[in-house]
Amino acid sequence: MTSRPSTALSPALSPAIRADGLTKRFPTPDGREVTAVDAIAFTVPRGSVTGLLGGNGAGKTTTISMLLGLLLPTAGTVEILGVDMARHRHAVLPRMNFSSPYVELPHRLTVRENLTVYAHLYGLTCVKKRVQELAEHLDLSRFLDRPSGGLSAGQKTRVALAKALLNDPEVLLLDEPTASLDPDTADWIRTYLERYRLRTGATILLASHNMLEVERLCDGVLMMRQGRIVDRGAPSALVARYGRQTLEEVFLDIARASGSVESDGRILTGETADAAE
Amino acid sequence: MQPNEAQIPGAIPRADFSLRRVGAMVLRYWYLLRGSWPRILELAYWPTMQMILWGYINQFMASTNGGGSGWVAQGAGVLVSAVLLWDVLFRGQLGVSISFLEEMWSRNLGHLFVSPLRPGEWVTALMTMSLLRTLIGVLPATALAIPFFGYSVYALGLPLAAFFANLIVLGWSLGLLIVALILRYGMGAEGLAWIVVFMLAPVSAVYYPVSVLPAWLQPVSLALPSAHVFEGMRALVFEGVLRWDHLAWAVGLNVLYMAGGIAVFLYAFHQARVRGALLQTGE
Repeated sequence: MTSRPSTALSPALSPAIRADGLTKRFPTPDGREVTAVDAIAFTVPRGSVTGLLGGNGAGKTTTISMLLGLLLPTAGTVEILGVDMARHRHAVLPRMNFSSPYVELPHRLTVRENLTVYAHLYGLTCVKKRVQELAEHLDLSRFLDRPSGGLSAGQKTRVALAKALLNDPEVLLLDEPTASLDPDTADWIRTYLERYRLRTGATILLASHNMLEVERLCDGVLMMRQGRIVDRGAPSALVARYGRQTLEEVFLDIARASGSVESDGRILTGETADAAE
Repeated sequence: MQPNEAQIPGAIPRADFSLRRVGAMVLRYWYLLRGSWPRILELAYWPTMQMILWGYINQFMASTNGGGSGWVAQGAGVLVSAVLLWDVLFRGQLGVSISFLEEMWSRNLGHLFVSPLRPGEWVTALMTMSLLRTLIGVLPATALAIPFFGYSVYALGLPLAAFFANLIVLGWSLGLLIVALILRYGMGAEGLAWIVVFMLAPVSAVYYPVSVLPAWLQPVSLALPSAHVFEGMRALVFEGVLRWDHLAWAVGLNVLYMAGGIAVFLYAFHQARVRGALLQTGE
């Protein structure tokens, strides 16, 4: 098992991520509203790796988008490194980064060109050296002068990770970092992330459908369903609490539980609903 | 009390507007342009073809064979000047819209706006790129007009710079309006990038005076900076006078249009963040 870096912090330091009452409602074409994220509250301690889990449509990507400031919440607040994202987003953006297989880098630019542009956007000095350094770390040197669009899925993921690490972010948000990768490449990415966290003490929040990955990387997880956080804790604690062998079984228990999710995150099944009545 | 930048441990105070980030975005579009010679060729192709076509029409109408079109004959190269200046407006608008569309086509907006890039810096980069694209497109055509027709648009002198500036600024305003519409309505509105400017052509009085238009349409025409630029250009070509009144109207209207364009763009950008369109937009 990988040893974790010390995350003992001064109490004065705020969590890396704090969401409070975070809500997002979208209007529907028929004039109603659908609630994608429903008044969730959580904190992510500095230096930790936290998994954001849930089935498709649970609200993970919407939550990450609000944490990044790409999507404005309907209600609630987000603080990153103690900074209110609604009011001072640009003060903290240079200290965080993001990677997702669903948000691509320009296909016609070469890997080197893409990384150079983003290095300038993040205000890095010694751009050439940093690009070269990351290319070596992420085994991209052979592809640096190839168009990004012509790379394989694994190569694209490594390029996206290089872009996400350009500024040595203190907070890294990853949306399915190993989606559609073969086991060897996925393992390589996970190992790289583990080492990055060990080296820098960065905080990582990752959304993933791969429970083995979450068990390996994460100190804690947030389980989402129907836009609400229905459970949270260390992977091993969740496995024990649900009386299961793996986190995947816990995930399936939560995903397949019938009933609606209450405002406090409890899943109201048929039985509990009858009892409540 | 909300923390400010100075209170963030380790935070480097950053300017609200960074020329370096503008430069980074210009570099991004320049990489794209220089990587494809057909794109560079295409930039110069249409202005050159238009100039040659209208140049010969100009020559024919000015000759006795052309029926003695005295109006054109009075001012050498009036139609050539018109077509070249019209292209400044068209390329100016297209330069903003196409650079924006490149981000939509590549689904790159999500990455851009989790970086420290600010909307104002992005808009400045779009305008800078529009200027570069317009110069690449129009300069060869102006040079070719000299051997083809013995006419140099540079004979207009310094006022040419004022005409150019007013038309490209109007192009930027239109470009921002189109960007706002695409942010609002998605890629379904992409076609607007190619057609909106042509709605202005008849009322901009590019090739004929505003007085040709019906009386009810003339106020519409004179509400456009472009109509004042073309009227001013004709006054210079025919009478050799710089009409300061037209220039002042063009500048004043452009200030209004640009303010409107920026306001509409910022509103659409804000609404895109409300709807989550920055992550979802793409082909």
